[in-house]
Amino acid sequence: MDNLYVIGVLVSNIAGVLSRVSGMFTRRGFNIDSLTVGETETAGISRITVSFHGDDDIKDRIVTQLQKLHDVREVEVLDKHDTVIRELLLLKVHNTAGTRQDIMAAVEIFRSKIVDYTATALVIELTGESSKIDAFITLMKDYGIMEMCRTGIVALERGDNCLKTGLEG
Amino acid sequence: MKISGARIVVETLIEQGCDTVFGYPGGQVINLFDELFQCRDRIRHVLTAHEQGAAHAADGYARATGKVGVVLATSGPGATNLITGIATAYLDSVPLVAVTGNVPCSLIGRDSFQEVDIVGVSMPVTKHNFIVKNIAELADTLREAFRIAKSGRPGPVLVDIPKDVQTGLCEYEPAGAPVSAEPVQTASEQRLKRAAEMIANAERPYIYFGGGVISGGASKEVIALAEKIGAPMGCSLMGLSAVPADHPLFLGMQGMHGHYASSIAEDEADLVIALGARFSDRATGQKDRFSKNFSIIHIDIDGAELNKNIPAALTVRGDLRDAAARLTEMVQPMQHPAWAERIAALRAEEQTRTAKALEKAYEKSCGSCPVPCDKTGLPAADRLTPYQIIDAVSEHAEQDAIIVTDVGQHQMWAAQRYPLKAPRTFLTSGGLGTMGFGMGAAIGANTATGKRTILFTGDGSFGMNLTELATAVTENSDLIIVILNNGVLGMVRQWQTLFFDRHYSNTTLSRKTDFVKVAEAFGAKGMRASTAAELAQALDAAFAQHGTFLIDCVIDCDEFVLPMLPPGGSIDDIITEI
Repeated sequence: MDNLYVIGVLVSNIAGVLSRVSGMFTRRGFNIDSLTVGETETAGISRITVSFHGDDDIKDRIVTQLQKLHDVREVEVLDKHDTVIRELLLLKVHNTAGTRQDIMAAVEIFRSKIVDYTATALVIELTGESSKIDAFITLMKDYGIMEMCRTGIVALERGDNCLKTGLEG
Repeated sequence: MKISGARIVVETLIEQGCDTVFGYPGGQVINLFDELFQCRDRIRHVLTAHEQGAAHAADGYARATGKVGVVLATSGPGATNLITGIATAYLDSVPLVAVTGNVPCSLIGRDSFQEVDIVGVSMPVTKHNFIVKNIAELADTLREAFRIAKSGRPGPVLVDIPKDVQTGLCEYEPAGAPVSAEPVQTASEQRLKRAAEMIANAERPYIYFGGGVISGGASKEVIALAEKIGAPMGCSLMGLSAVPADHPLFLGMQGMHGHYASSIAEDEADLVIALGARFSDRATGQKDRFSKNFSIIHIDIDGAELNKNIPAALTVRGDLRDAAARLTEMVQPMQHPAWAERIAALRAEEQTRTAKALEKAYEKSCGSCPVPCDKTGLPAADRLTPYQIIDAVSEHAEQDAIIVTDVGQHQMWAAQRYPLKAPRTFLTSGGLGTMGFGMGAAIGANTATGKRTILFTGDGSFGMNLTELATAVTENSDLIIVILNNGVLGMVRQWQTLFFDRHYSNTTLSRKTDFVKVAEAFGAKGMRASTAAELAQALDAAFAQHGTFLIDCVIDCDEFVLPMLPPGGSIDDIITEI
């Protein structure tokens, strides 16, 4: 069984914490699809979102190994079907008279936007689930992608279910 | 009053109950050593010959006492020399605090002289680690290091302290008492009840225990459980000494070189109760085959061990002493006469096999030996065998002697044969299998306990850290070193014999080292033994004194450790003779 799992991890925001978390994945041979990190509403606490493909057994091992790390405060496997999952893409594509209209149409349909426009290049910003971003990239390939970067996913459960450390005011 | 960071380190170590530090000076810890000098009536420093030896000594101190071992080294090479020792402690869950000096904060990241990112280097082999860049956090960080090292499943913690933090000044508030370990999770009542039900329904229950029984102080509780439910017991290498070797229900170590009776008994069980063990590949052999015939109840303090290597029918996370005691309360006294009879038969079969193997060893010719040694030409009956050496040592040794091993064939022979009596009297590198562990660990154990310490080692392992003889002699360690000298790297040679067509690539040492002279050169005593009579003489001399004494025992290079489950094999592939 090869499922996509998304795990939310609250960690103490101190030097080296990202090394510890990513090092654990490498050392134990867990392959991950994406890992993002950012500050939270609570001072001193950062939130890491990890996504990976695997089976239940691997998921359980990842969770228990994360829980053992000293700087990890909370770990939760997010229910994919009840979670808002987003990723952001910045993509630079050639701007030519022949392709411009087609690109603009695609941007419109994907509800993305052009954030930079020069005579030779367009920079497009797109937010969405990974599959939507994949589809957009596939489409843009024909127009000549100059460079791109995507953030990896961030995710929050729907409703009032929250990942908390107990430290929050 | 403000005191220096270096003084804060020493005061905090003392405050945390540390009476002995093992270490080695260097440029970035001169200040620390100056404070150790000034506080020498309150804390002892044992200078080793090499930082690796210091790390193993702190490890041996911790294994023998259950207290946190402390090791101190300088930056760069001093710190990296600790790594094998720290990794050894990590794999065997030994509580250790390693303190390293580093270059001043302003020089960090500039590839300064003797600078290394030891926090980065040690990350995968420590439970946690710190670099302290703010002197105000120094005392609390050290306290936290002790707390982490001894909480839950113990392990090593490294604290890296740049030189300017040692030389800076700061207020220090004594904590008054050592930090206590974090409260451990106790096992769920519901799960223990479920375990009791499974035990009630079992016809052939078997207890497999590991090092968690020792670190959890749960020996009595585990024995009580075994006795109440009539379950035979076997253990991993790390579990050895938790249960007295002569306990009627104890069958010995199991796994790759485990006892025949315990390995077969486990396979024939219908329920295996695993206590404080992690199902290492050396203990299970081929995973898919391992638990084909039985279901497993797995109780461990570390949730990450449950279902990690072998899936269990029931997992219970919690403190082992508490869990075993409560489980014993819940179960009814049970007897399994047919099972007990089968176990007795297995024991008898094992005894016959061992006796036969010993006989065979005497008969074996020495002709295959690549290096002519001084035993060639000896009548077979005069030659020493490994078990014979271990038996002779145990007959001479005090009841409370601490047994330490290095790694290799001698380690397995000692693990199989030595009649261990009490927890924390068998110190061995199980998980990492560190050749060279023994000398440091033995010195640390003797320093900590004052009890006679016996190191079983091989000529390969001993060669790795024999320089610690200098430490043993300086410290006047009450240490008897028994080298099982076969002139080869015996364990690898055994694999080469069995699986590599006798290609003895780089395992024949052919060295001219005279270990007796080595001992004498370091200021220790030494004797060589090639026959039973010489061994008896040497042991009489060794046990009549209380210093460091080396006995170089000559054995055949083709003694094998048996039984053996071949790597990747299972109980079906057990090799009992070669």
